Amino acid sequence: MSIAILRPTTGNGEPRSAVAQTGVWIGIATISMSFAALTSALVVRQSSAPDWQHFQLPPLLYVNTLVLLVSSVTLESSRRRQAVATLRATLVLGLLFIAGQVLAWRQLGAQGLFLATGPSSAFFYVFTVLHAAHLLGGMGGLVYVQRRLVAGLLSVATFKAAALYWHFMAVLWLYLLTLLTIRG
Amino acid sequence: MTHGVATGHAPPQSFLRRYVFSVDHKVIGRQYLDLALVAVVTGMVLSWIMRFHLGWPETPVPGLGKLAPTGAAGGVITPEYYLALMTMHGTIMVFFVLTTAPFAGFGNFLLPIHVGAADMAFPRINMTSFWMTLLAFLVLVTAFFVGDGPPLSGWTAYAPLSAVGKDAGPGQGVGQTLWAVSIAIFCVAQLLGSLNFIATTLDLRTRGMSLARLPFATWAWFITSVIGLIAFAVLMPACILLILDRVAGTSFFIPAGLVISDRLQPHAGGSPLLWQHLFWFFGHPEVYIAILPGFGIVSQILPVFARKPLLGPRVFIVCLIAIAFLSYTVWGHHMFLSGMNPLSATLFSVPTLVITIPATIICLLWIGTLYGARLRFTAATLFALGFVSVFVSGGISGFFLAQPSTDIYLHGTYFVVAHFHFVMGVAAMFGIFAGTYFWFPKMFGRMMNETLGKWHFWLTFIGVYCVFMPMHYLGLAGNVRRYSAFTDDYLQPLIPLHRFITIAALFTGAVQLIFLFNLIRSRFRGPPAPANPWEATTLEWSTSSPPPHDNFGGRQPVVTHGPNEFGGAGQRDYVMQAEPQ
Repeated sequence: MSIAILRPTTGNGEPRSAVAQTGVWIGIATISMSFAALTSALVVRQSSAPDWQHFQLPPLLYVNTLVLLVSSVTLESSRRRQAVATLRATLVLGLLFIAGQVLAWRQLGAQGLFLATGPSSAFFYVFTVLHAAHLLGGMGGLVYVQRRLVAGLLSVATFKAAALYWHFMAVLWLYLLTLLTIRG
Repeated sequence: MTHGVATGHAPPQSFLRRYVFSVDHKVIGRQYLDLALVAVVTGMVLSWIMRFHLGWPETPVPGLGKLAPTGAAGGVITPEYYLALMTMHGTIMVFFVLTTAPFAGFGNFLLPIHVGAADMAFPRINMTSFWMTLLAFLVLVTAFFVGDGPPLSGWTAYAPLSAVGKDAGPGQGVGQTLWAVSIAIFCVAQLLGSLNFIATTLDLRTRGMSLARLPFATWAWFITSVIGLIAFAVLMPACILLILDRVAGTSFFIPAGLVISDRLQPHAGGSPLLWQHLFWFFGHPEVYIAILPGFGIVSQILPVFARKPLLGPRVFIVCLIAIAFLSYTVWGHHMFLSGMNPLSATLFSVPTLVITIPATIICLLWIGTLYGARLRFTAATLFALGFVSVFVSGGISGFFLAQPSTDIYLHGTYFVVAHFHFVMGVAAMFGIFAGTYFWFPKMFGRMMNETLGKWHFWLTFIGVYCVFMPMHYLGLAGNVRRYSAFTDDYLQPLIPLHRFITIAALFTGAVQLIFLFNLIRSRFRGPPAPANPWEATTLEWSTSSPPPHDNFGGRQPVVTHGPNEFGGAGQRDYVMQAEPQ
C-alpha cells in the first residue's frame, strides 16, 4: 500500500475550511428546495378554491427588511476586518429582526388574521415562521463564530461560511417578501 | 486532483462515547444497520400477520387479541386494523429499512474509507442524523400503543384521509399525527446525512482519488444523497403542512363540504391533490434512494467475483446520473387515477418509459461483465446475481404501469404490489444481503459462514419468487389491493392462491433465521478475516479488518489506480487502488 503521512488538520477541531463552505452551500440548496416546494404549494392552493383573501402586509415588515439588510452589511464588515464589535451588532440586529417579526405577527393577530383564518394568512405564517427558525439557526452559528473569534481560533473560511448562510437568509427574506406582496 | 484531510478526532475512551454517542462513522454505520435490522423484523412480522389474515380471514392470529384488543378482538383483525398494519409495514420498510440500511448504513461505514478520509466531513452532524432517525422510528412505533392504534392511511398518507383527524377512523387521531411527526423528523435526519455524504465526497477525497476513481458504490451513495437532499427537502414542508391541517385548523389539503362519520369537517378550500403532488415528488425519487445504493453495491461486488472489470464504468456513472435527473420528472405516474388531465398523464408517461433506458443499460453492463467470466460463487455473488434477477423481473412489470391505458386497470390491484415489492423491496433487500456478506469481514473482522449464506440465498430466492410472482396473476385477475379479505364471489376462487402466497411468505421469513443465526454467530465465532479476503481493489481492503479508529492507522492512502482493475495477467489478477505505481 502506498502511503503518505497524514496531513495535519486545522488542529483545533474545526472542519476543514472548504468543507464548511461546501456544507453551507448544500444547506442553501436544501432550504431553497423546501421554500420552492412551499411556493408551488401556495400557487396550487391559491388556484384550488375561491377562498383566497388578499391582505395588506404589516408595514413593519419593511422596517424589519431594512434591519436584516443592515445586519448583512455589518457582518460583511466584521468578516473583512475580523472585528468583534460589528459581529455583535449583527447579532443584535438579528434579534431585532426576530422581535420585529413577532411584533408583525401580533399586529396581524390584532386584525383577526391567524394561522387558521384563511389560506393566505396560513401561508404567511408558515413562510415567516420557517424563515425565522432558519435565521435563529444562523444566529446560533454566529454565536459560535463570535466565541472562536474572541478566542483567536476562528479560521477565515469558517467565518466566510457563516456569513454566506447569513446573506442567504437576507436573500431568502427578500424573495419571501416579494412573493407575499405579490401573491399573499 | 483533489486531496482531503481527515477531520481528526481522538479515539474516545468512555463506553458511551465509543459505542452509543459515537461520532465515528463506522460505529454510526453499524448503528444504522442495527436499527434497520430491528425495523425489518418489525415490518416482516406485520406482513406475516397481514398475509395470515388474507389466507385465513376468519382464523384468529394466536396472541394478537391481547396485543391489539380493539383492532383484533379475539385475534381476528378488523379491516381497519389490516390497513393500520399495512400502513406501518410500508412506512417502516420504506423509510427505516430500504433508506436506512443500503444508503445510511453501508454508506456511513464505507464512504469515508472509500474516499480515503478518516471520517465524515461533519461527524457531530452525522451522529445527530442517526439519533434523529432512531427518534423518528420510536415516534412511529409509539403509534401502536396510543389512542386507537396506528394510522390507516397507507405509507403515502393521502389527504384528506390523513388530514382530517379522528373522524376518519381508528388511528387517524394521535396515530396519524405521530406518523407525520415521525416522517418530518426522519426528513431532517436524512437531510443532515445527505449533506455529510456530499461534502465528504466532494471535499475529503484523498490524494489521487479523482471522481473517475471513486468506487461504484460511493458514486451511487453520492448520487443517492443528491436525490435525497432534494426529495426530503420537499417532503418535510409537506409534512409540516399536514401537521398544521391536523392540529392547527388550516386547510391546505382538506376541501370544503367534506362530511366524514356524519360530521361536516370545519375546513374549506384545500387541495387533496396538492398532497399527492408533494408526496410523490418525494415518493418517486425515494424509490431510487432505495435502489441506487443496490446498483452501486452490485457493481462493486460483481467485478470482484467475476475477476473482470465492470463493463462500461463511465456509462454506468452516466446512467446513474440520468436516472437521478429523470427521477424528478416521473412522479405523476403514481397519480394516473387521480383524474389528471390525459395530456399530463402522457407527459408523465414518456419520461417514465425513458427512465427504463438507463436502468436497462445498467442491467446489460452487469450481464456483459459476467460474459466469459470465471465466477467465484460466494453468498455475496449469489445475492448480487439475485439482485439483477429480481430487479429485471420487477422492472418489466413497470412497462405496463408506466402507461396510463394499462395502469388505470392495474393500479388498484396486486399487480402493483408485485411490481414494487420486486423492483424496490426485494431487489434492495438483495442488495443489503449482498453488501452484508461482502463487507461483514471488514466491519467485524470475522468471516461469515458461506455454506449458510448460500442456503440463505437459494431458499430466499425461491421464496420471494413464490410470494410475488403469483401476485401479477392476482392483479390481472382483478384482485384489488388494500382489502383485508376476499370473500366476495368473484374473488373467492383466488383465495387458494393467497394461501399459497401466505405459506411462501411465512417460509421465506423463517429462512431469514438462517441469516440472523449466521450474522450473530459469525460476529463472535467466525474465523478471523484477513485485510482483503475477496482480493478486491478499493481502499477499505487496504486497511485492517476492522479498520482502526482513523481508518488508515494515522496514514493517508495515496490513490494511484481506478477501482476497476481486474483481470491482469501478472502474478495477481488485480491492482489495488493504493498500489504503488
